[in-house]
Formats: sequence, structure tokens, C-alpha cells
Amino acid sequence: MYLLRLALASLANRRFTALLTAFAIALSVCLLLAVERVRTEARASFASTISGTDLIVGARSGSVNLLLYSVFRIGNATNNIRWDSYQHIAKDPRVKWAIPISLGDSHRGYRVLGTTGEYFEHYQYGRRQHLQLSQGRPFADNPFDVVLGAEVAEALHYKLGDKLVLAHGVAAISLVKHDDKPFTVVGVLQRTGTPVDRTLHISLAGMEAIHIDWHNGVPARGAGRISAEQARAMDLQPAAITAFMLGLNNKIATFSVQREINEYGNEPLLAILPGVALQELWSLMGTAEQALFVVSLFVVLTGLIGMLTAILTSLNERRREMAILRSVGARPWHIAGLLVLEALALALAGIGAGLGLLYAGIALAQGYVQANYGLYLPLAWPSAHEWTLLAIILGAALLMGSVPAWRAYRQSLADGLSIHL
Amino acid sequence: MGQALIELEDVTFAWPGQAPLLDIAQFRLEAGEALFLKGPSGSGKTTLLGLLGGVNRPGQGRIRLLGQDLASLSQGARDRFRVDHTGYIFQQFNLLPFLSVRENVELPCRFSKSRAARASQRHGSIDQAAAHLLEHLGLNQPGLLARRAGSLSIGQQQRVAAARALIGQPELVIADEPTSALDADTREAFIGLLFNECRAAGSSLLFVSHDQSLAPLFDRHLSLAELNRAAKPREA
Repeated sequence: MYLLRLALASLANRRFTALLTAFAIALSVCLLLAVERVRTEARASFASTISGTDLIVGARSGSVNLLLYSVFRIGNATNNIRWDSYQHIAKDPRVKWAIPISLGDSHRGYRVLGTTGEYFEHYQYGRRQHLQLSQGRPFADNPFDVVLGAEVAEALHYKLGDKLVLAHGVAAISLVKHDDKPFTVVGVLQRTGTPVDRTLHISLAGMEAIHIDWHNGVPARGAGRISAEQARAMDLQPAAITAFMLGLNNKIATFSVQREINEYGNEPLLAILPGVALQELWSLMGTAEQALFVVSLFVVLTGLIGMLTAILTSLNERRREMAILRSVGARPWHIAGLLVLEALALALAGIGAGLGLLYAGIALAQGYVQANYGLYLPLAWPSAHEWTLLAIILGAALLMGSVPAWRAYRQSLADGLSIHL
Repeated sequence: MGQALIELEDVTFAWPGQAPLLDIAQFRLEAGEALFLKGPSGSGKTTLLGLLGGVNRPGQGRIRLLGQDLASLSQGARDRFRVDHTGYIFQQFNLLPFLSVRENVELPCRFSKSRAARASQRHGSIDQAAAHLLEHLGLNQPGLLARRAGSLSIGQQQRVAAARALIGQPELVIADEPTSALDADTREAFIGLLFNECRAAGSSLLFVSHDQSLAPLFDRHLSLAELNRAAKPREA
């Protein structure tokens, strides 16, 4: 169509402004799509922080709170649960496996998780992936073995055989350290992109050993102190743990087991379904995620308004162009069509370049983002949802293009063939 | 007298609520004629050209182009009628600077089927028609057709504009001060070329200018200030 040729030639004549305008649209489109992709992936990755676990059991509090401290290492348990309660439930015939976890200590800001060998065997994340060791072995009989999450090992530069001291409590700077009982790094886990990466794993016996001479939350002094060697010889069976995870033989039993635990007579317990609690938690964070989306929508709107401004300001200096076109037979609707096509061309160029930027950015950042945030950004074709967004942007550009088109239409009717300088 | 190409009878024009700008009892342009119309500023020149182009409608009276009453046509039909039968040359900056010389010359054929048809009929194709006209107007340098129109000198641009007005042999060519940006030597040469090509195409020429010295070159000359009873010439 000849009008398109004219529109493109006229744009090429103003290529600097046109390029800037298209670039602004490209950046905004790229931002919107990037936010969309990260949002989708973050949601998927969040939902796969833990998988394969049917129930998480802790002291009675809120389900989000239990999920936060047991899976995300955020916040603290309100209370512990007794070892015999754990034993009782773990022995239930419907239970396939049980992982006890004990929290409360830290090392340079990273949380320490006391658990058993079951953890390495049964804990799953993502698409039912098991934990893998990148170096060393799981902790064994020695209570002072520690297995590091990938991020802990990398950030603190620990290697196998290094000794480290745990701190009491979970504050970043802790005044009370378990410096009489150092731990030895025996293994490092592979990166998972989940909070496991930021965790130090020790055995329940180790957890018990460092607290064995503590009374009322303070360490014993003088003769009351028990050395690491003495502790080794003692019974290190814990009296209480923080929470435990359950895998069941049959998923159908999940609700009945959950109800029984919640009605457990000897101690107030709470059992949650991880998937349900994750969803509850995500709905809390969803507001921030939606705010991000709305902000990027407004950035796109800003890009389009930039285009509108550029076209509108060009109108006055292009009255001559319009009058010449009118004198060679262009009708007012041709003039209007020319401006709509111009807006369309700018928007299309912007969307194309925006997609280009997005894919270049993903290709460049993919490895880094996955390694550091555990987010896998696929280099895939736009999804149906993304196509819809792009179509809406194009529609909005057309709508905006109709504003200068209408003005030019009026203007060319009023100016007729007279050329204004 | 045969049928006139342009015929105005008792035509008046005024913007709503304002004093009349134009009031012409009678005006005729015969077919094949080259008419010089002296039109200083304030004589109603822009208004007259707007009426002849069908952009404005007269308040009273009748304007006929090729026997067709313009007022009886719709806006769209007037636009079509204009490009089918009239070629325009303006004072300067006539061309779309971002198109090639060839594309500029061929513009009327893009918007008028009948001019495209006549151009191809006479010269074989629109491209050949454009090349032929440019050559006759003295623009035969190699590679010129493909150059950006904006890169040409003013004199060359005016000749390209003339070629554009003449392509597809419109019955009427309206030239509005086409020589005012040219110097005295090129001015007469330009008018000579324009005459030749109008004759070759069988087009009538309505040449509007304030420069009385050009008048003797034409078949006939009129003064718009005298023709227009509503004129308020600024030159006292």
C-alpha cells in the first residue's frame, strides 16, 4: 500500500526522533515482558521450594508462620515439640518417612538446621528433585560434622575439612558462640535455588551436643562446662525438636493424618499441607508482584505517550507535507491514515526491538539468574498471555495514533492547498 | 464561444461572520489558453485557488470546471475531481524532500487512476512518463531520478514540480507564484518550458503572480484586484 510507503519514508526523514521514540517503546515493552517472565517463573519456583512432602508438623501457631520457619528459614518457632510426639507420629503405619528438624542457631547470618540422614534421602524440591552433594558426604556418626548449602560454602569460602563455630540464636551478629565445640565441613550440597542453599546442616546429635551444658538459655560456667570430647560420650538424644516433615504411603490419607495430628491429645500440634500454605503465602506477596506489573504497565503507557507527543509536535512542521499531499490528490482520510500508520509502525518497531532486547537480556543473564536466584528464565517464544499483552500495546498505540490523525484530518481540511511556512 | 475550462459566475466567498473576501462577476479560462492572473497579496488569490481546487465552497454563484459544477460534488468527489483534472505548482518547497525525484513526479498517479492511465497510455508506463517529462524540462542528468528531492537546487525542484503537475496530462495546470524563488534568467526559461509542456499535454495554464513583468509572455492577462470587487489591495 502506497500510504505505508509514504509513512515509512516520512518517518525515515525524521529518523532520529523516530528511533528514540521506538527505543522508548522498546525499553518499556522489554521491561513489561521481563517483569511478566520473572513473575511467572518466581511463582513457579516459589511453588517448587518444597515438593514431595505431604505434611509439615510444628507447634500450634499459624500455617504461614510454620511454613516460613520450617522451609524458608524466616522467623522463629513459637514453641518446640516433644521428641516422643515426633516418635509417636513417625511410627504411624501410614507414614512412609519423617524428617525431624531443629532450628535456632546460626553461623554468620546463615541458619543452622539440625536433622537426620533422612533429610538427604527424602527431602525434595522443584520437580521432585532430591538433594545432591557436590562435594564430600552427608554427616555421619560424628556429631560435629556439618554439610553446607551451596551459597554458604561459596559466600564464606569454606571447603571440606574447614572448621567453623556456630552461634547461638539467629541474629546476624551473635554475642554467644558455641566456640568450645567447633564443627568440621564434611559435605557441600549442589545449588537448588531454594533456602537449602543458605542453610548449614548438622545432625540432631550435634545440635544437642552444643546445648548440652546450657541451662535456662545461658551456657554453664567453670566446672559445669562439658567439653566436646565429654559430650561425644554422652546420650545425645534430643528431648525436643522444632518441626518435622512427613511423607505418606498414600496421599489419600493426608487429610485424615492431618486431622489426627491437629487433634493430638498430648501436645498442641499443627500439621499443614505445604502446597496450601505456599499458596496462602504467595497471596500475601502477590500484592507486591501485582504492583510491579502495574508499574511496568505505566512505563509502557509512558512510552506510548512519548510517541503521541513526538507525532503531535511533528504535525505543525509537517503542514507543508500535508498540503502537498492534498494538492496531488490525497484526501483528508489519507492524511489521517498516514498518521495512524506512522503510530503503528513506531509501535511495531518498538515491540520488535523490545522482544529483541528481552531475548538478548535473557540469553545474557540466564546463567547468572539461575545460579544466584534459582530462577530459570526460559528462552521461549512469547506465551499466549504475552502475545495478548503485546496486542493490547499495539491496540493502545493505534488508539493514540488516532489523536494526531484526527488533528491532522481537521488541519488538512482547514488548510486545504495553502502551504503554511 | 465553446465550453470554457473554468467558468465563474457571480461568485462570492466569505468566512462565516466576516466581510467577503471574494466577489467575482465573471471569469473564464478557455481550453488550451495560458492566462496570467496578476494577484498581489490581499487580492483574494488564496481564496480563489481554494475555490478552484474545491477545498472551499462559494457562498453564492457557480463554479464550473470542465462544465462540472463543483458545488454539486461531495467533498470526496471534489478531491478526486481536483487530482484527476488539475496539476499544481506552488511558490517553492513543492516536493516531499524525503522521496526520490521520480516518486515526487509520480505522486498524482498514486492518487488518481485516470492520470495514471493517461500517463501509461501515452508513454508506455508511469516511470517512462516521468522520465520523459523530466527530460523535456531539462532534467536529464544521469542518476537524478533516484536522488532525494530535497537535495536538488530550487530551480531544479521547480522543474520537478512542473513535471509532477503535468504528468497524466491534466486539463488544467495552476501555477501559484512558481517563479518567485527563481532569478530573472531562469524565470523566463522556466516559463518557456512550462508553456511547451502544457501545449504538448494539451493543458490550460492559469499562472498567478504579482510580477507584472511576466504578463507579456502570456496569451492573455487579467488583474485579480480588478476582477475581485471585494479586493482590498495593500499596495496603495
